[in-house]
Amino acid sequence: MIKISGIYKSFGNTPVLKNISAEFQPGKTNLIIGKSGAGKTVLLKLLVGLIAPNEGQIFYNKVDFLQLKKKDLRTLRMKVGMLFQGSALFDSLTVEENIRFPLDMFTDLTKKEKSDRVNTCLNRVSLDGINAKFPSELSGGMQKRVGIARAIVLNPSYLFCDEPNSGLDPKTSLVIDELIKDITIENNMTTIINTHDMNSVMEIGDNVILLHEGEICWQGNKDEIMSSENEILHDFIFASPFLQRLRNAAISNGFQK
Amino acid sequence: MVITKLLDHLGKYLILMGNAFSKPEKTSMYYREVIRQMHDIGVGSLIIVFIISLFIGAVTAIQFAYQLDGTLVPDYYIGYVVRDMTIIELAPTITCLVLAGKVGSNMASEIGGMRQKEHIDAMEIMGVNTAAYLIMPKVLAAVIIIPILVAIAAFVSIGGGFIASVPTGLLSGQEFVMGLRSFFMPYNVFMMFVKSLVFAFLLTSISCYQGYNVKGGSIELGKASTNAVVISDIMILLADYLIAVVLI
Repeated sequence: MIKISGIYKSFGNTPVLKNISAEFQPGKTNLIIGKSGAGKTVLLKLLVGLIAPNEGQIFYNKVDFLQLKKKDLRTLRMKVGMLFQGSALFDSLTVEENIRFPLDMFTDLTKKEKSDRVNTCLNRVSLDGINAKFPSELSGGMQKRVGIARAIVLNPSYLFCDEPNSGLDPKTSLVIDELIKDITIENNMTTIINTHDMNSVMEIGDNVILLHEGEICWQGNKDEIMSSENEILHDFIFASPFLQRLRNAAISNGFQK
Repeated sequence: MVITKLLDHLGKYLILMGNAFSKPEKTSMYYREVIRQMHDIGVGSLIIVFIISLFIGAVTAIQFAYQLDGTLVPDYYIGYVVRDMTIIELAPTITCLVLAGKVGSNMASEIGGMRQKEHIDAMEIMGVNTAAYLIMPKVLAAVIIIPILVAIAAFVSIGGGFIASVPTGLLSGQEFVMGLRSFFMPYNVFMMFVKSLVFAFLLTSISCYQGYNVKGGSIELGKASTNAVVISDIMILLADYLIAVVLI
């Protein structure tokens, strides 16, 4: 479980996050949504320790993340997997070498054990047999799946995904969403996804946090979205005229708010 | 303002070097990276070092022969001057200035590109000490391989001097060799290696610092690469002066 309380972050005189408090439970897909510039990426970077907040606390299972010494922080980070928006695969390494990198760096497994683990992860993301390919030879969706395979290779307890569906077609997005959801449940991971993909919100949003102008303005799950009276949430979720028409049609056909 | 900025950079540089020279997570991974970097720096720079050294030696011989023309100084001094100029100054300094342009800009671009593509963030989140993994092997490889390159440069440069002066009739082969063997001070070779070690450390660490701290896009990456070369060159020349003052 990850718990944050009273997080405040500003860049110069511009506040980006104001008094953010939330809990992210294991085995659930926690989504942080919001308009561009709402502070989603900053919050995710704070959670993984790439930047530090001005105020507030971050707890990983009651361990104060911000008070950890460098060595302990690195140990904790071995339990963290992250999928980056651009996948962040190392261009000069093959798919196998990319996924094996954390194993090479942190484990004493034999070559065969590492190879087996890599193949298991590739199989889990349905990409068997692409071990020798380079990232540049893969499609965007495949790169994301390799990114997921690398993120889960050390069996992490926490998975962070920054815009996992950006640049992907709706069908591939769905595959990625389902994959993340399944992996989260299988490994009882605490998964936090930063997205503005509405399909993701409605499909896998176990716990959805809406950020607006640096503050949490709504929190709930995917089933509570339609019945919410929060105007900012509705403006965000049903931003396109098509979705508005769809929503109006649903309501006129008897959907209960 | 400028001094504050300089001190700020110096502080950040020292902190980065402190992080870079901490205990590796896995020695074998670092060892492999050191070997790869040694190959890239050493083999990759051999041709350019060879060409430049050859011409430096040749030009030194011809220029000195021109200065000697009509004087009472014996011709074999050409060999002596080429040897000492090369060992004391030209081989370490010119080689490292050239390497700052070739290897330094390459390192700054490589690390800067990794920063921009979030590769460094990815490694940090995995728990890797990125300063150590990305910088230490490069610096270690450089301080091992650059003195070897400088030694090769010294030999080639003397060879260049021979080629430019003996076949053209400026002096005989015997005279050139006599010059090479005259007034030899092994201490000069020691000074050459001290210089090459210091320059190797400076050019790699400064270039890595520039790349590691890239913020922004491709324009900033280009600036970092240029800064890596310019600052490394200035620091090499400054260090050259200081070493000369201290060691001579």
